Amino acid sequence: MLLIQCPYCDDALPELEFAYAGEAHIDRPQDPSALSDEEWRDFLFIRSNVKGVHAERWRHINGCGRFFNALRDTVSDRFVTSYKAGEPRPDTSGKEPAQ
Amino acid sequence: MTDFRVEGRGRVNRAKPVSFTFDGETYRGFEGDTVASALLANGVHLMGRSFKYHRPRGVVTAGSDEPNALVGTTRGKGRFEPNTRATIQEIYPGLTTESQNKWPSLKFDLGAINDRLYMLFSAGFYYKTFMWPRSFWDSVYEPLIRKAAGLGKAPTEVDPDHYASRYLHCDVLVIGSGPSGIAAALTAGRAGSKVVLVDETAEMGGTLLSEPSVSIDGRPAWDWLAGAMAELDAMPNVRRMTRTTATGYYHQNMIGMVQKLTDHMGDVPEGAPRERMWRVRAKEVVLAQGAIERPMVFDGNDCPGVMLAGAAQTFLNRFGVLVGKQPVVLTSHDSAWYSAFDMADAGAKVVAIVDTRESVPQALQNDARARGIPIHLGHTATATKGRLRVAALRINPVHNGKVGAEKMLSCDAVLVCGGWTPSLHLFSHTKGSLDWDAEAKAYLPGHKTEDVHIAGAGRGLWGIAAALEDGTKAGADAVRSLGGSAGAATFEVADDRTGSGITQKELPTDRSPGKAKAFVDFQNDVTAKDIRLAVREGMKSIEHVKRYTTNGMATDQGKLSNMNGLTIAADALGKEAPQVGLTTFRPPYTPTTFGAFAGYHKGAHFEVTRKTPIDDWAEENGAEYEPVALWRRAWYFPQAGEDMHKAVARECKATRESVGIFDASTLGKIEVSGPDATEFMNRMYTNPWTKLGVGRARYGLLLGEDGFIRDDGVIGRMRDDLFHVTTTTGGAARVLNMMEDYLQTEWPDLRVWLTSTTEEWATIALNGPNARKLLQPFVEGADISADAMPHMSVVECTVAGFPSRLFRISFTGELGFEINVPARHGRVLWEKLWDAGQQYDICPYGTETMHVLRAEKGFIIVGQDTDGTVTPEDAGIGWAIGKKKIDFVGKRSLDRPDIVAKGRKQLVGLLTDDPKTVLTEGAQIVADPNQPKPMKMIGHVTSSYWSEVLGRSIAMALVEGGFDRMDDRLHIPTETGGTVTAKVTGTQFYDPAGERLKVE
Ligand SMILES: [Zn+2]
Repeated sequence: MLLIQCPYCDDALPELEFAYAGEAHIDRPQDPSALSDEEWRDFLFIRSNVKGVHAERWRHINGCGRFFNALRDTVSDRFVTSYKAGEPRPDTSGKEPAQ
Repeated sequence: MTDFRVEGRGRVNRAKPVSFTFDGETYRGFEGDTVASALLANGVHLMGRSFKYHRPRGVVTAGSDEPNALVGTTRGKGRFEPNTRATIQEIYPGLTTESQNKWPSLKFDLGAINDRLYMLFSAGFYYKTFMWPRSFWDSVYEPLIRKAAGLGKAPTEVDPDHYASRYLHCDVLVIGSGPSGIAAALTAGRAGSKVVLVDETAEMGGTLLSEPSVSIDGRPAWDWLAGAMAELDAMPNVRRMTRTTATGYYHQNMIGMVQKLTDHMGDVPEGAPRERMWRVRAKEVVLAQGAIERPMVFDGNDCPGVMLAGAAQTFLNRFGVLVGKQPVVLTSHDSAWYSAFDMADAGAKVVAIVDTRESVPQALQNDARARGIPIHLGHTATATKGRLRVAALRINPVHNGKVGAEKMLSCDAVLVCGGWTPSLHLFSHTKGSLDWDAEAKAYLPGHKTEDVHIAGAGRGLWGIAAALEDGTKAGADAVRSLGGSAGAATFEVADDRTGSGITQKELPTDRSPGKAKAFVDFQNDVTAKDIRLAVREGMKSIEHVKRYTTNGMATDQGKLSNMNGLTIAADALGKEAPQVGLTTFRPPYTPTTFGAFAGYHKGAHFEVTRKTPIDDWAEENGAEYEPVALWRRAWYFPQAGEDMHKAVARECKATRESVGIFDASTLGKIEVSGPDATEFMNRMYTNPWTKLGVGRARYGLLLGEDGFIRDDGVIGRMRDDLFHVTTTTGGAARVLNMMEDYLQTEWPDLRVWLTSTTEEWATIALNGPNARKLLQPFVEGADISADAMPHMSVVECTVAGFPSRLFRISFTGELGFEINVPARHGRVLWEKLWDAGQQYDICPYGTETMHVLRAEKGFIIVGQDTDGTVTPEDAGIGWAIGKKKIDFVGKRSLDRPDIVAKGRKQLVGLLTDDPKTVLTEGAQIVADPNQPKPMKMIGHVTSSYWSEVLGRSIAMALVEGGFDRMDDRLHIPTETGGTVTAKVTGTQFYDPAGERLKVE
């Protein structure tokens, strides 16, 4: 079971307290009606599916209830870091996955 | 019956004899014996039959790697367990055990016919044989496989035991209590770290228990061991746990451990749990699991009496049992020579030491000669004699690859050693890499992904001194990783038994290798021939070889067989072992009970059962229940002699004719409040909310961003800045999560607060023409007359003196009210309404009647009439979309090309030609029942009921282009082979004009 750092509670807590919520940094368009069918399709369905560091959303659903973002390596299943919703993706190039 | 117990040897308690039974016969052992050691002490080697060929099998190992000696154990009523390893199960007075895979008896088994048919059952047998003809599956193959499949008998009763579970946190977890584990624990413990030391067996010491001749720090091994245990026990920061198996190694140093608590006890304390699952989070882990001895692969190597040399040494030194009086030792490693010496010193007449190597250290040879043991170097073994017990070993010299003349060695045991495999299963769980060490001919730990240290034989080291030294170093490393300081201890070891050996494929033979029954995997009956055949048939990867032959796929996960299998496969492929690869070990390390995993989560504790405040009343009044999400809901209230059909028909009639009372407390309820609540509601729901006045209610429809219906419910506006949102019973948590998601991450600027209030309110629905008459006398602070309180409105008032949010809404088509009162008043209010309702013949109804009444009106149930691919238009509720709204969740998707395309499935009504026929929910619909199979299915029935008020059946269905098929006849094939014909209609079956709402 993973330990996940909640940036709001500022504590590493068991995975059981959290719920996964999909890829991060996909903002809902300000004016969806302005999007072409293809653009809207991409917003709805197209995800990066990376092998490596993946920016994703988690919710501390059985804790403080907050949504936040995290970087996780999909190969090792290790969290690199987590950060608050709304913050930009941290630059972690060259950084070892956190233990 | 001969006694094979050796005086003065072993650690069993001779003062405490223990009687137990095996296959109905009573045997005697001592406290501290396992089933295997006690049977061996009585001269019994034959302990089971093999899985596929039903060959007689004896015990091979002395530990948890045992593939053969699997027994059924009975520990009292309902407490039967198959496949218990006889080498692990401790005996206690009254223990009952039985052998497996035999009929009618262990010594004479009819299933052994498979052994005679050996040539038919080769690798890939299942794939080849059961391919065709297809019709043979049901009648021939499956019954045959079912009969033959499985090891042992499955228990037939519910497990009466209970299982505990606990969390544990520590600095250093040491797994394995041999010399390296003990040294690691001592070192970390002395440095003050919080240490946990675990071992799967009943006693700590590991190899030290099997090698009492070694001395450490000037003391005999066992004295040193006792001192080490005492020192560990004296440290308050150290916890020792025996009979505890680390079964799985998970992320971030979480280790699952199963502790056996009572399986070794004759008198189990009342209420004691049988096992306890420990979830350990360790800052550092030391794996000190030692190495596993490999068998030799040669014809007849599975004959009872053929066993691992190290196991024989353990049975002798730990249990005081000679496994044979005239053993032959067959080896390719120095370690077995010491087993031979111990056996000889304990009084056995060692027939010979046969070593496949041409050169062996001179010192070993001298020690053998001093004991009068004949030596055969550079020899192979080519057969065994004996069926239920080995009687002789056939050996031949090998010179320059040529196998020479045979020689028969009469014996009563063959002690084999084909080298040692570092036990790295747990390390493999962590995805740590295993690197091939050409010199050790073994996979050793490479790249690590966890905070783990491997010590001792687990990384290829050999001998007690090396293990101690490596263990203390691992302990010190762990302490330093934690930021502490620790020095490695030093140990003076005398009479250590170091050594080395080689790894090899199946032994060379002068006979046809194709006829040899040279077993690699004893548990799955896989031979060297099977592995070579698999390679010949095109399996190139070890993963394919494994699956094709089932080598290593039995419950022992190939502890004994993987390396031998790999070596043979590599040879057949003409490659080196590392090029062929390695299969992956997965948890659990050893077979683990379901009970240990389930822990407390069984029976009523398996899942929460949510009950409403009115649940007790329903139970007292004979309700039948159905589960809805985690709730149990009153389904219907049968009266004497009524089945469900009759009860529901009566409840429907009573509600439509007078008044019914229904517990709607499970409805999800969310308060949406704050200055931007209206804006938030506008963005979330399809409907417009700006103009909804305070005190009015509206049907709200929630879509996903993909445009499909997610949830619905009536929403009341309590104040300008406060909405009382209701959701479906099962959707409450999902909807709140979705709202929170948008609020927190898309629109954090909105000043809105969301509160789940589902369990704060008890909700009682009154429906029927007399609903208002019944309710009115209880209401204070509001006028609920038809004029003052129109349909779809809400008011705050008191009902029977309780503060209430009172809705006038209807999910039945009748005049309806939903009274929300604080949950603690729910039952009292229910009973007051019940008492007063007697004058109107008030009828309680359950969810089934609720479903029928709503279906008569064509109201959908999200999740029943929709399935996550249904849009508002598809469901015929496009009217719920605020057409003038610029945006809401899912709006853009309603213009997607495939959403506006023709031929989508649409929700329509179905009326069967025969009004008495009630369709099956989920039944498929076809346009032409005479088309060839497979037929084109154009939809399915989503809801179907008997409608008492209409005197006929009604149904709803999702049908391709359904709105364009009005009055068409469609066909529904039935389970019994017939076809029902039905006419397509609208979904409002009853009172489409809504006249019944207009009761004064
Ligand atoms: Zn939190």
